[in-house]
Amino acid sequence: MRAVLTKKRQAGLCRTMIKLSNIEKYYGTYHALRDVNCHINEGEFFSLLGPSGSGKTTLLRTIAGFEEIDSGTVMIGGQSMVGVPPNMRPTNMVFQSYAIFPHMSVAQNVAYGLRSQRLNKAKTAEMVRESLGKVGLAGYGERAAHALSGGQRQRVALARALILKPKVLLLDEPLSALDRKLREQMQSELRRLQRSLGITFVLVTHDQEEALTMSDRVAVMFEGQIAQLDSPQALYKRPASKRVAEFFGAMNILKADILEVKGDIATTRIEGLGVANLAFNPQPGADASSHYCAGVRPELMTILDDGAMAYDKETPATVTDVEYRGELTYYDVKFEGSDTPVVVSMRNTSNRELREIGQQVRIGWESASAVLLLD
Amino acid sequence: MSRRVLTMFMIIFVIFLYAPTLLLPIFAFNDSSIISFPLSGFTLNWLKSLGAAEELRKAAGTSLIIASVSSIIATMLGLLATSATVRYQFPGKGFAIGAIMLPMFLPEIIIGVSLLTVVLLAGFKLSIYTIIMGHVLICTPFCIAILRSSFQQLDPSLEEASLDLGESRINTFRRVTLPLIMPGVVSSLLIGFTISLDEFVIAFFLSGTEPTLPVYIWSQLRFPQRIPSVMALGTLLLILSVVLLTLSELLRRRSARRLDQKATSGAL
Repeated sequence: MRAVLTKKRQAGLCRTMIKLSNIEKYYGTYHALRDVNCHINEGEFFSLLGPSGSGKTTLLRTIAGFEEIDSGTVMIGGQSMVGVPPNMRPTNMVFQSYAIFPHMSVAQNVAYGLRSQRLNKAKTAEMVRESLGKVGLAGYGERAAHALSGGQRQRVALARALILKPKVLLLDEPLSALDRKLREQMQSELRRLQRSLGITFVLVTHDQEEALTMSDRVAVMFEGQIAQLDSPQALYKRPASKRVAEFFGAMNILKADILEVKGDIATTRIEGLGVANLAFNPQPGADASSHYCAGVRPELMTILDDGAMAYDKETPATVTDVEYRGELTYYDVKFEGSDTPVVVSMRNTSNRELREIGQQVRIGWESASAVLLLD
Repeated sequence: MSRRVLTMFMIIFVIFLYAPTLLLPIFAFNDSSIISFPLSGFTLNWLKSLGAAEELRKAAGTSLIIASVSSIIATMLGLLATSATVRYQFPGKGFAIGAIMLPMFLPEIIIGVSLLTVVLLAGFKLSIYTIIMGHVLICTPFCIAILRSSFQQLDPSLEEASLDLGESRINTFRRVTLPLIMPGVVSSLLIGFTISLDEFVIAFFLSGTEPTLPVYIWSQLRFPQRIPSVMALGTLLLILSVVLLTLSELLRRRSARRLDQKATSGAL
């Protein structure tokens, strides 16, 4: 399924399911959404990632129809959603609190949205059974909703939404209330469900790991704006700005001066690392006055052994701290002419000895693994 | 030391508050038409005499009708007011809530006199309806106070989930909101009923030819020989009020539990 999707995408065959254009939203004087534009493709697992207050939930609720926007348009399945109330939209939502109706049984909860379809009892019961089976709750229909655990509530919320066969399933931080183990289990289950159903999923999360592992594409939001929209790999490898980079794992940030730009290559002087040619593709919003810094992930630098294989770049440094963490060891090193401590992570192997504080080492790195970041 | 003083104070306070009420049942069963100690003996005659009094039965009927209708109207108005004020923000909301809640604190005599003036100016005759009007006015704030706590305990995402699953606003109210706040609604009906049943001042000003029970009781106090009967009647009303108020509070707590919340203090 995913392979097919990827091929479709390459061939430009993917249809847009949701199109958000120039969305602006104010709460009083608070600017909650600032000129949000994006396309969400049919059958895609799309995540809105950001810290609290970044507008991600507001954007999700805008798609669902719970928030009125001040300007801009929302299109779902090619139709404008202006003035369309939530009950008339082809979307269903899994709420953060799950919103399971406490006065109904599990089966009544799941069948809730079927009422308008005027099905007979047997058909309804069959659909409920099928839907509960899909989320791994077969046989739970007669239980009272308030007697369920957190994980079960979430599955009921999923079954209740999916039984209506929505074009888009919206998930508002569905995993944040679960403990770590259950959360990881639900992540892979949600992913599998999404692939087998082929429904467009839009997930809101503040957990970057969750966004990376589950999504086809992620929109990173800060202060009501989409800072970067890309695939998980691209977001991790080529973050556009310092803020996005720091949101996804560890990143060494070094001062940088762009000396010359030729096409999409920028000759850059990096603090401590010297001059290197870095890929340069300015993001929308960046201009000649924009400041840049350079970023290198700790795992993309190596402390070279004597006579080790050649790296594109080699830079002498001094070890200032060693932190052993089992699988990995984190070294703090300082390059000559730079005060910024740089973290290098090394996989521990049976024949590799730990370096000591104060030791002189050579750090190997590739200019392709350094990225220019908007400051 | 100060603890003992406080305990004493509390005991005196409670005695002062409830002892007079206890005189009602004592003299309701005392075998004498004169209200004085020492007691002369036990009797059920005063209670029995109530059944024979035609006017009393009529007054009781009037009171029950007024109390039922007033509490239903007040609860319906309360539902509208709370669903608007708890869920939505609108200009003048604070003022509107204040204006609706004010009759709770306004002296009843002022409400009674001003309503009487309005009714007479408008050319209406005094009747059951004018009393209902007055009672709705004073019951509504109490109903709102109770319904507010029910609504606030209701997770707004439950209503959103219903809308999201394709139900209209009206059906959402019918299938989700109303069942979940039902204990609060019943509690509000009971409180409204009790307030209206006990109310004297407004009923006195606004009643025409059909007095309510409290007004009837007041009229009987002019005849000393009927006082023990009034005591018996008062005892029945006391029991009824206590039962209704207890029921209403129990329902409110049950509702709070059902909505997965800690029971918080309500209007009582």
